[in-house]
Amino acid sequence: MAEIIQNEGGKQKGKRRSKRHSTHIDMTPMVDLACLLLTFFMLTTAFSKAKVMDIVLPEPPKKEENVKPPEIDTSRALNIVLIGDDKVIWYNGLANPSKPPLPALHETDFSDEGIRRVLLRRNKELFTKIEQMNEDVVTGKLELSRDTLSARKNKFKRQDKKGPVVLIKAGENVKYKNVVDILDEMSITNIAVYALVDINDVEKKMIADFLAKQSGTAPK
Amino acid sequence: MGKIKMSKKPPRIDMTPMVDLFFLLLIFFILTATFRQPEAVQVDTPSSVSETTTPEKHVITITVSKDNMVFFNVDNGIDTSEHLRGNILRAMAYQYQMKFTPEEVKKFEGLSSFSLPMDKMKAFINAKSTEERDAMHTGMPMDSTDNQLLYWVRISRQYYNDFQVALKGDKDADYKKIKKVIDILQENNINKFSLTTSLEAVDISLENI
Repeated sequence: MAEIIQNEGGKQKGKRRSKRHSTHIDMTPMVDLACLLLTFFMLTTAFSKAKVMDIVLPEPPKKEENVKPPEIDTSRALNIVLIGDDKVIWYNGLANPSKPPLPALHETDFSDEGIRRVLLRRNKELFTKIEQMNEDVVTGKLELSRDTLSARKNKFKRQDKKGPVVLIKAGENVKYKNVVDILDEMSITNIAVYALVDINDVEKKMIADFLAKQSGTAPK
Repeated sequence: MGKIKMSKKPPRIDMTPMVDLFFLLLIFFILTATFRQPEAVQVDTPSSVSETTTPEKHVITITVSKDNMVFFNVDNGIDTSEHLRGNILRAMAYQYQMKFTPEEVKKFEGLSSFSLPMDKMKAFINAKSTEERDAMHTGMPMDSTDNQLLYWVRISRQYYNDFQVALKGDKDADYKKIKKVIDILQENNINKFSLTTSLEAVDISLENI
């Protein structure tokens, strides 16, 4: 394969032999190399990009303006408290010590059957609507550009009046991974309204009680 | 019917046009490829379903490593004509009453992320090797008495207002630290930013609700 037809040195005997063919250089190795490099560069340019998840936080209230935080409809509120070790505790409604009883806590995890199922159940209507639209676009029933599609999704989310308002709270010793996981669940299940909020003392106590009770009953 | 003469020589394909094309493509890809600068710290990002890609230029990257160290980096992409990094360093030096020689500023433009207080910056720039530099990351001061991360972000935004902020945290970084960084960003009126993640595919159907 890799032969190079050399120009035979014809000057030794004074006679100059005329070439019959133009010199052919076997280009196979060069092509191999070029092809290899080409593949390498093509793949590295395509795959080196990291992905990002955009988040927009509400503007923090200015101290001097004394703005009251927006009221949340108790029936829509869904609290998710991250407690580390890939575990979450969730409860419906709001925990208000002046209005007992306190809501019941449920422990779950980040698996498909875990918190996602809870979220999907609560957000079924909006999720179905958006998924239906996605499917229509994929199957060609609906022709929308990417921007229009995301604009429509946002419109659906804004109009949504029944879905949950998810309050995400991170307890002590929570790893960053869990926070990203839960934000990711929000985008998977198309939750319209969610917020990262600080955990309060009432909840801290509720969770401590819950965990103590659980570890107390577990050995039985 | 005449007999078909079989050529005894093996057929030769002229590969020149193919080679031409290959080299053209090769040159194109080499030129468009942007090499990632060596990162000061290895970060294992959490995964998400998001498919948005990282902005290419004018991006502030704040990295939080596994052991909760905060690294700062301003990236201007391949375009180095703006000398953004140099200008930002000069402004920071003015803020902290330090002086950098033009050579040091130029050297800083070629460096990547860092996690060290300003008074060690000079030694960091003048370090001879990457290993020596890697050993110098002792952490970015970001408490209320000396919040240098806040100033880095603020001064960067004074030079170029539309900097995108990417927060790149390790899976095992504490959320408390990330929250601190987010608070600093919000203090700088940055309420929209990106979390760097790696891609993960998730498939759900309505049946399993």
